[in-house]
Amino acid sequence: MSAVRIFVPVDAAAQSVGANEVAAAIAREAAARGIAINLVRNGSRGMLWLEPLVEVETAAGRIAYGPVAADDVVSLFDAGFHLGGVHPLSLGLTEAIPSLAKQERLSFARCGVIDPLSLADYETHGGLAGLRCALAMQPQEVVAQITDSGLRGRGGAGFPTGIKWKTAFEQQAEQKYVCANADEGDSGTFADRMLMEGDPFALIEGMAIAGHAIGADKGYIYIRSEYPHAVATMRCAVEIWHAAALSDFRVEIRMGGGAYICGEESSMLDSIEGKRGQVRAKPPIPAISGLFGKPTVVNNVLTLAAVGDILAKGAAHYRDFGMGRSRGTQAFQLAGDVARGGLVEKAFGVTLRELVEDFGGGTRSGRPLRAVQAGGPLGAYIPASRLDIEMDYEALAAAGAMLGHGGIVLFNDSVDMAKQARFAFEFCAIESCGKCTPCRIGAVRGKEVMDKVIAGDDRESNLALVEDLCEIMTDGSLCAMGGLTPMPVLSALRHFPEDFGRE
Amino acid sequence: MSDIAALPDLLERCREICAQHGNRPDALIEILHAVQAECGFLNDDALKGIAHVLNISRAEIYGVVTFYHDFRREPPPAHIMKLCRAEACHAVGSEELAQHAEARLLGHPSIGLESVYCLGNCALGPAALVDGELKARLTPAAFDALVEALEAKA
Repeated sequence: MSAVRIFVPVDAAAQSVGANEVAAAIAREAAARGIAINLVRNGSRGMLWLEPLVEVETAAGRIAYGPVAADDVVSLFDAGFHLGGVHPLSLGLTEAIPSLAKQERLSFARCGVIDPLSLADYETHGGLAGLRCALAMQPQEVVAQITDSGLRGRGGAGFPTGIKWKTAFEQQAEQKYVCANADEGDSGTFADRMLMEGDPFALIEGMAIAGHAIGADKGYIYIRSEYPHAVATMRCAVEIWHAAALSDFRVEIRMGGGAYICGEESSMLDSIEGKRGQVRAKPPIPAISGLFGKPTVVNNVLTLAAVGDILAKGAAHYRDFGMGRSRGTQAFQLAGDVARGGLVEKAFGVTLRELVEDFGGGTRSGRPLRAVQAGGPLGAYIPASRLDIEMDYEALAAAGAMLGHGGIVLFNDSVDMAKQARFAFEFCAIESCGKCTPCRIGAVRGKEVMDKVIAGDDRESNLALVEDLCEIMTDGSLCAMGGLTPMPVLSALRHFPEDFGRE
Repeated sequence: MSDIAALPDLLERCREICAQHGNRPDALIEILHAVQAECGFLNDDALKGIAHVLNISRAEIYGVVTFYHDFRREPPPAHIMKLCRAEACHAVGSEELAQHAEARLLGHPSIGLESVYCLGNCALGPAALVDGELKARLTPAAFDALVEALEAKA
């Protein structure tokens, strides 16, 4: 009789609620009872409120238990959970859990399913098929597939990936690069982290495909230092990938230094070059002159993670998901005061209400929902009364909001929106690279003026000053940091004037 | 040069770490991380040593070290608690927790409190990174328990 496979996530979020202790307790208890188990540390399925989510492989499929504490392990064995036995923590078949069953998992199909560092597991679950298809094609055909899929940059800007790749492909240069932007600094987002910890080869495969498409044999993955677990997993994955000699493409990991601005692509490039992470003026765009002045494709982790599936299943398969000009799926991340927080991969067009209420289950605290912030710290605050918006790049832009990297943060009725507006300026002041004046000085002045507003000091004229300052930052900043800081500020002011002392 | 010669061990270690990174100036941030991981912080001698080996100016390295929040110019406390102060944690009470934490750790001899902006644990906040370990759903009581556990270690 072969050992039963038991899965306990190694994902950082799962670890933060005790997954390592649970894994140790399971190993200990199984040994004490003489039960042969094969303990696999998988990624997270993304249902973070159920973490640590333990799964057992049975003939019927994988059966889930959660959230499991180390103290539950003895009773789980007593209930025969290693054979799929019933226990108060039983959740049934993992795939049938409604929050997961309702998703459309393309990029995250393997995350939480496989052993993250098993290339064999990766291949069994559809990995490497995309790379093999790509390597059998001419570079132009690969670029055409990506263009036809409608894939757009998932980092926040939503730029068509195919056009970026085509531009880099057309450059004549002895060296080109592919850079994966894993500097996921937006509060409320953790999809890059989950993918890197749960399915790291998907990112490398996407990079290798991009390399083949544009003619680059070298890539960098820039990961923020706030993600030590992801850095460690990716370093191992890169070694395994290189040892397997799957293609000529070589990858190097660079860990950031704790600067939010390095998520901006040009400052990330300077940081990879070993410099201060300051924003570069554009043009030239990186696809023409990027890393070390060479043509460079910079894509977000989620963009690159989508690539393998597109090549393996064809552009049309991906394009058939979504709405309007937003094709495919988006990894939405439910965060903040949310009852069922985690990752929801759905086709574009799902409404904010479906995400917040059906998937998220409202607030964790039980207090009324007041606002959500979509798209990270530079995204708009949207009042609870306006949740019927469709999640699509254009629809959000028309509503004065943005998708960003897909983060959705829920706030209950205790939130003070004037303080959140002040924080937007404060964050910008802390994280500005300092290169352009509207951002460097505007953020500091914005925080000071908001302090006066909050203190009730000559509110109307100070709010007029805030609006004026926002106009300058929007129009005059070099990059999105200063340029979009006004978005949370002005959306808070527009939708919640009462918090600013306005009628 | 004489300053470096006075610290043969540090210079030698800088030399080794730089060599592990191919003595490439573009790997500077990786090198700084590696030296800091061993020495705890980056003092003037370390900066001089790295500058010497990579053949770049000390001013250039100083500029890089001071740009990034991660790099320390002073010895670190024995334990570091990084509390997330970004929006998703605001939504679940991180600012109240931060007030509590600041009061609790004011002048603490061995535990340093730092702010960090997002640890990617946004569905399970308030989050913190305690000596590199990610923590979730922190309350003032849970925070105090973490502090006591660190104090017991030290």
